[in-house]
Formats: sequence, structure tokens, C-alpha cells
Amino acid sequence: MELYEKTIHEVAGELKAKKISSVELTKQVMDHLEKVEPHVQSFITITRDQALAQAAEADKRLAAGKDVTALTGIPLAIKDLLCTKGVRTTCASRMLETFVPPYNATVVEKLYAAGAVAVGKTNMDEFAMGSSTETSFYKKTKNPWNLNCVPGGSSGGSASSVSADQAFASLGSDTGGSIRQPAALCGIVGLKPTYGRVSRYGLIAFASSLDQIGPMTKDVEDCAIMMNAISGHDPKDSTSANVPSPDHLTDLKKGVKGLRIGIPKEFFPDAMNEEVSVAVKDAIAKLSGLGAELVEISLPTAPYGLAAYYVLAPSEASSNLARYDGVRYGLRVPGENIVEMYSKTRAAGFGPEVKRRIMLGTYALSSGYYDAYYLKAQKVRRLIKEDYDKAFEKVDIIATPTAPNPAFRFGEKTDDPLTMYLEDIFTISINIAGVPALSLPCGLAGGLPVGLQLIGKPFDEATLLKAAWAYEQSTEWHKRKPSLRKD
Amino acid sequence: MAFEDWEPVIGLEVHCELKTATKLFCGCKTIFGNESNTQVCPVCLGLPGTLPVMNEKAVEYAVKIGLALNCEISKFSKMDRKNYYYPDLPKAYQVSQYDKPLNFNGHLDITTKEGTKRIGVTRAHLEEDAGKLVHQGGKAGRLDSSDYSLADYNRGGIPLVEIVSEPDIRSAEEAHAYLTALRNILLYIDVSDCNMEEGSLRCDANVSVRKKGTEKFGTKAEIKNMNSFKFAKQAMEYEIKRQIALLEKGEKVIQESRLWDVTENKTKPMRSKEEAHDYRYFPEPDLSPIVLPEDYVQKIKASLPELPAAKQARFVAEYGLTAYDAGVLTADQELAHWFEVGAKLTKSPKGFANWMMGDMAAQMKEQEKELKDLKFDQKKLAELVDIIEAGTINSKQAKEVFLELFNNGASPAEVVKSKGMAQVSDPKAIEAAVDKILAENPNVVADYKGGKQGVIGFLVGKVMAASQGKANPKMVNEVLKKKLDA
Amino acid sequence: MALSEKDVQYVAKLSRLEVTDQEVAKYTQQLANILGYVEQLSKLDTSKVEPMAHVLDMKNVFRPDQPAPSLTQKEVLSNGPEIQSGHFKVPKIM
Repeated sequence: MELYEKTIHEVAGELKAKKISSVELTKQVMDHLEKVEPHVQSFITITRDQALAQAAEADKRLAAGKDVTALTGIPLAIKDLLCTKGVRTTCASRMLETFVPPYNATVVEKLYAAGAVAVGKTNMDEFAMGSSTETSFYKKTKNPWNLNCVPGGSSGGSASSVSADQAFASLGSDTGGSIRQPAALCGIVGLKPTYGRVSRYGLIAFASSLDQIGPMTKDVEDCAIMMNAISGHDPKDSTSANVPSPDHLTDLKKGVKGLRIGIPKEFFPDAMNEEVSVAVKDAIAKLSGLGAELVEISLPTAPYGLAAYYVLAPSEASSNLARYDGVRYGLRVPGENIVEMYSKTRAAGFGPEVKRRIMLGTYALSSGYYDAYYLKAQKVRRLIKEDYDKAFEKVDIIATPTAPNPAFRFGEKTDDPLTMYLEDIFTISINIAGVPALSLPCGLAGGLPVGLQLIGKPFDEATLLKAAWAYEQSTEWHKRKPSLRKD
Repeated sequence: MAFEDWEPVIGLEVHCELKTATKLFCGCKTIFGNESNTQVCPVCLGLPGTLPVMNEKAVEYAVKIGLALNCEISKFSKMDRKNYYYPDLPKAYQVSQYDKPLNFNGHLDITTKEGTKRIGVTRAHLEEDAGKLVHQGGKAGRLDSSDYSLADYNRGGIPLVEIVSEPDIRSAEEAHAYLTALRNILLYIDVSDCNMEEGSLRCDANVSVRKKGTEKFGTKAEIKNMNSFKFAKQAMEYEIKRQIALLEKGEKVIQESRLWDVTENKTKPMRSKEEAHDYRYFPEPDLSPIVLPEDYVQKIKASLPELPAAKQARFVAEYGLTAYDAGVLTADQELAHWFEVGAKLTKSPKGFANWMMGDMAAQMKEQEKELKDLKFDQKKLAELVDIIEAGTINSKQAKEVFLELFNNGASPAEVVKSKGMAQVSDPKAIEAAVDKILAENPNVVADYKGGKQGVIGFLVGKVMAASQGKANPKMVNEVLKKKLDA
Repeated sequence: MALSEKDVQYVAKLSRLEVTDQEVAKYTQQLANILGYVEQLSKLDTSKVEPMAHVLDMKNVFRPDQPAPSLTQKEVLSNGPEIQSGHFKVPKIM
């Protein structure tokens, strides 16, 4: 087994035991990364020099045995919507092709402070709008399990890079499923934390009230390690919850005996992919076998989450993306006057999906439509949140499929936006409610990974991780490696 | 119809920059006049990924303003985004307040010729300022003919409170009185520099006219760019006349924004924007709601200083000043304080006030001095006032002593002494002097007793001359009369 | 509420996006589809429901009025597409 194929908790031990240096490890990872990159295309920017410099710093810490954390010297990948000081941050948009932030996102600061090594910035759907990473201005990231298929999105590059062992873990962001769905499609673990658990400062906003940063990892224990590093209150983010963040490793291996798992009937529609349905149901049975108690529940308004989302998210996005006007940073297309410059710049800088959502959101907020769309969606949001609150009076976690289908082919869903949106049908209501959820591998459908989604109570990621670890350890799915081949 | 048949209806929107140390949502400083784009950070530059965090001092100042303007303070308030594109607005939205302003439903009393008038304050809400644009090329400095503009974001994100009045104002004079009173309050509660030249106080006016006796508002024009109270008054006067003239001719007023042109002394239409505004307000998802506990509001209320109107009333009641005089003294907090310290040191607060507003104010104006530049304190002026009240010196001498006080800080008592100015008011001394003169002039005394009462003036003159002018003339007169009539 | 091409032209203008006639036609159809899907929200009775802007029950998140360092002018302008004498330059506004 190559070093880069290992997990964080495996390789961290070798670093601490000085069996290998971080510089050696980083070189091996970078070499492998660059070797498979032409096939997978996970990255928009690769930062080899910076990675090696950070690895050298990490080695000093390891040698001194001072300030050594679980991430010291570990090569990681960062989604290209997290601001990195001095390293171009594009959001996969032409608009930000030249944008070099003068500051680090809080999560990036935290990873650096922990001694982590950043190998590069991963590809994504433009401004995180999409479910296949196909809306990126720069490239089409391939699913390592089948290079003819999409990796999911929007954190497609973050998922494929971990799946293809180009990094030990990555950071993604999730507004409607953008961590969990690509994690499911690429056969890795992805966690969307509770809204407010991880600081959004430095995360280039798509929909501020829904966005959340989270880890994408090779297994559940690594996910807990990453959560420990990035969670916690940040005074720079007013929506960052001022609640203590636990050690996610403490209860990780305590099993699921007596854990009440809710199974919502709304998440198992008849029209679902049969193999996905079977895999998820098998996984739930497995959890039951491990001692969990299954409880049938109902989340009656959750299916309306998608409709509410396509009002709320575009509305916020239309405002968040207004700042890209060619004045202070990013692309500028010259114009005779300011309005012409704005309109030409934005027409050239944004791709069609981004424009669609900007216009949709602008429409929903515009005079005369606000009550019918935005206000209505905010009310439905409360109903959905209340559904989850009620469910969590009866159960500790909820289990569902992550995505209705395994990875699909390039171009398969790009013609009709709505078909693509429906890929997020199981993940989206979770963002609406602000609760945490993770996806972990639970089988294969047509040779492609299937994800089991576990949904938790607010700020109770620890229980999610505990259940996920128990399931994972009873299966071999997380040990499977992708072929990196076409079909 | 005539000019007098029309009634102006004016509502004012005042933007007041708060004097916090830092901006509304970031730690950048708020100093005026620094080099361009040096008071800017990722947050106020609107860089992707940045987030706002509310300055607690700005909230406190905004609540102070609300309380000082007799507003209700919202139990639940929130920030909203006002979306529009303009190069001075880094995020292409302004964080402001839409349907839940911090303060609402207040009022401000102003003094007019007809007496006190109450002007409603619709709301006073918190928002962020925009940056500054300098228009270049063409007729430089002019928006409508410039070739390009330069953006400086030093001012962007400084906290503002927008104070919106009800359309209760009926003349340019009333508007001026409102602005003066408002500025005075803002200075009293120490939340803003209120410096119009530096733009820390800005004013827009909605002006319309209607026939007297009618209820319905006429079509209004919004006047912008009035960067002094004087210009504001001129602009409103001009606009009122312009609208009346239009209506008298049977023409219509167009609803539009107009700019006050200082060089031409007229309001001119702004080049109309291409489209109607659709600001698409929605709750700012990056900020928490503001839910102020009652004790917080009460604490701020308790911390408010005595406001101008209350102080004015108290000066009338406590020191016997006229309402007008009390108004002049309380128009400036420092002046009011200076007076009040002195008023407690003199037997005649009214006399003290008269000297402050008379000779002292005149000299300060002439010599371009402020209170802090004075060479004397209240104790010395009180000393002078008491000497005058005691009748020790006459009014001409008093002016002389005051100049010594003002120019050199000399003690009035010592000046009076060293110049030998003290009037003789000792009844015994005066009686002796009178007796002497009466004895020396038996013929004149006889004339008086014979009915020529006018000769008393001659005798007064004699006594005064004999005392080298130091005798108290009033007392001399009285004593003479008493003796002659005995 | 049927979405018209005129609506799309209006929102494109409001959001400062230059669009061709073909784009307007395409977007009108796509956005109408999405809005048609969104229409299902009207099936839910929300007459007694308060709108929810934040999932977190938070209020009064403030910071002290303490200065923090700003960027240098060079850093501020470093990403600017067009710079002139310490400012961002923009084309004429009217």
C-alpha cells in the first residue's frame, strides 16, 4: 500500500513516529497527484511550492515535538471558494480568474495553524451552483470510479481528489448537498456540519443562510479529526454559533446500541434507483443489526425543501454575486459608461447556470413578487425546520439515501436545469433546516458508489460520526479504491 | 392666485455619521481626510468571502439618537440589504434597515415665530455609508459631464443614522429651525461631529406645495446636495418659489431628484436615472437581529444628558431668563455649561447672561475667539456683574472694565480699584457732600423752594463735581430731594 | 404567474447582465419551468406561519468598537482592474 493511499489517522502515526517526514510524504502525494491529475482533473490551482514549504515547517514542529496536531504535516486539498492569502481563488468562475485574496478564510487559518499542508485548490461548480461540477469555467472533473461520469457537485474536485488519493482529505462547502452528494458519488465520507458550527468567514458566499463548510475524507475517523480542526466559534462570522465544540473523537467508537434511528418515508419514493434503494436499506438493516432501534417517521414538508431552496438560495445569491461588477477585483470588460461596463463584465464573467440563478433570485425579490416567493419560502422554511425538530423528539438521528442516483454521465442532465436540481432532493431540506448530515459509502450501484445519509440534531455531529463509524467498521466499502478508468 | 395662497410641505431626511472609532462592520478607523483607500480592509472593500460584524457602539449611538428624538425603540429590529449598483457601493448592496428600524414614531419640537411647533420623526435607522467618487475630466468635479470617476472606499462602511421627518414642515425657515435643533441635539448627546463640510451631517429635502386649506399633498421633488444649513434654506426657498410659479402658470411639478447648484443659486434636475428603483430589500442573512433588552434601553436613557429643550425651560424657571435668551444660551452645550457655572457664582444670573450674549459675544466674534480661548473664567465675569449690580460703577465704566477683563484677564474688582472707579455709595458721605453744597448755595435752595424744581439738576452736578464724579448719582439725587423737600 | 420575456429582460437589466434575444427566450423558458416547480409551495398553508430568516436562534451579535489594522493602499488596489492615483477608476457614470 502506498503512503498516499492511507488515511490521516494512519499516516499521522508514521509522521509522529518519524518513520517518514512531511516533506517526503508531501512529495509522494504531489507526485501521485500530478500523475493522475490529467485523468481526474480535480484541481484548478496546484500549489506544490507552498505545500513543500508548509511540509518543511511541519517537519520542524514534528522534530521539536511541539504544537503537533493530528493534521501536522498532512497534505490536504481546499475547495476553490475558500479564500487563500496570496493564492488565486476563482470560485471556478471566469469572473475571478485573476483574484488573489489578501486574507485567509478562518478554516484555512485553522488548518494552517494545525500544521496542515495545502496541495491545491479544487475544482467545483461555478460559485458552487450545480450538482456535477460541469458548470466550472475551467475544466470537467471526472469521477475516479468511472472517468466518463461526473463526480457530483458542487464540491466535485474536493471529492475526486480524496477519492483518487490526491490528498488525504479536503474541505468542501454545502449549500444544498454540495459536500454530501459528491462524497456519495465518489465513495468517500462528507459531512455538512450544523449551520453555525464552522465559520463561513472567507467562504465565498453562494447563499449565506444555507452555506456551510465541511470535511471530505477517506473514512469516518478522519472526518472527526477534520471536524476537530475546523469547528468552533469565530468572532468574524456573526452567524457562527457561540457554543463549545466537543472533541469528535471522544465517543466515536462507542457503537450504536440503543441509538434511535428515524426512517422518513418521504425519502424512499417509488421512482428511486433500485440499486441505490437496496443499498441504503441494507445499510439501515446493518445499523439495526448493530443494536440501533429503527423508528418510522415522517417529515411531511421536507419534499418541499427543493422548491423553497430554489427561491431562497437564488435570492441570496443574486445579492451576494452583485459585487462582481468589474470595479475592485476580477474581470472587467470595457464599456462606454458604467452600466455598459457592468453589464458586459457580468455577461462575460458568469456562466449560464449562475446567470439563471441570479435572474431567478432577482425576480423572486423584485417589487410585487417578494411576498409570493421569498416570504412564502421563508415560511415554508419554518415548517421544514419544525418537522425536523419534531422528528428529533423521537429519534437521535435520521437515515436516508444521500442521492437518488449514482454518478451520471457528462452532459446527461445539463440541458434541463430542473433535472439537475432534482439530484439534491434528499440533501436540500437539511440545509433549509440547518441541521448536520453526513454521507458515507454504503454500497455500489452499477459499479458506482452509493451514499448513506445520516442526519443529526443541531450541534450533535458527534452522534452522527459515532453511528457512521459503527456502520463503516462493519463493512468494507470505505476500503474500496476507484479504478481511475473509463468504462 | 398669489404666492401667499400656497403652502409648502417639506419632509427632511438627515444622514448623520456616527463618531465611532471604527466602521459599522469592521475594525477600520473612521478618520476624515486620510489618503485614499488606506482605511479599507477586506470587509469594507466587499471582498468575496468577507462577513460583517456589528459595532456595538453604533447600536448604542443609534438608540441614543432615537431616545433623544422621543422615538419608540424597536423590541425587534434587523438589518436588511438594499440592492443597487453604484461604484461607491462595494458590495452592490447597502446594509440598512427596511421594515424594522431601530427607532420610530418620535418627534422634535422647534421654535418658530408663532411659538413651539412639533415635527414628527418617522424613523431613525442604522445603515452603512458608501465610499466617495471623484468625477474627472470634462467639466471636472461634475457628475454629468465627467469622462470617468475615481473611487475611494475610506468612507465606505462608516455608520450612519438616517433620520426621516414627517412632512410636517411648512416653510424653509421651519426646515432651518428643525435642522438647527436636530444638529444641536446630536451634538448634545455626543454621537456625531455634525460637520457638514466633511459630510458627517447631510440633508435631503422632499418639497411640494399645495393650495392653503387643502389636504392632499402636491407632487414632490427631492432636493439633494445641500451641504450647509444656509444652502439648504436657500435651496428650499428657491424650490418652493419654483413650484408655485409652475403651478400658477398651470404647469405641473415633475417628481424628480434635483441638485442645489451653489454657483447658480438654483435647483436643477439630476439627469434622470434609466429605470425606476427596485431595491429588492431582504433581511441581511449575515447579521443577527437586534433585540435590545429593556434595561439596556433604560441604561442609555439614564445616560442621556439634559437635552436643549429641557435645559432651556430650566434656565427660564431657575435663572429667570427669557425664553429667547435661554434659547440662545442652550443652542450650544458648551455655552450653556459656561453660563450655568457662572450663574451660580453671581447674584444676578440674568445680568450674567446679558453680558455673555452682549459684550462677551461681540468681542468673541470680533476677535474670533472661542470659549476655550478666553483669558478669564466665570468667576471673574460674575465679579464684574456683581459690581455693576451693586451700583459701584456706571455702565460706561463697566464696559471699560469688561475690556480689561476680556483682553487681559484682569480682575474687575482690582481694575475698579486701581482706576479709582468705585462709586461713592456711602449714604453718610453723600449726605455730608450734599449738606456742604446746600450750605454753599442758599439762593438755589430758595429758588427750588419757590417752585423752580428744575434747579435740582444744577445741585446734583455740583455734588458730583465735588466728588470728582464718584458719587452714586442716583443716591445723590435721592438725598438732595429728601433734604430739599423736608 | 406566468413569466414573460419582458420579465426576463427586466431582471437581466436589474442584475446588470447583458443578454441576447436568444438568451432571453431560453432563460424565459427555463425560469418558467423552475417557477412552475416552485409553484407547489402554494399547496402549503402558511397563513399562520412566521417567516424564518435564520435557523439559529441568535440575536445581538456585536463586536467592541476597537480599531483593527486596515490593508495598505497597495493591497487594497492589488486586484483592481484599473487603478489611477490611489483610486479604482471607473468609466463615466451618466
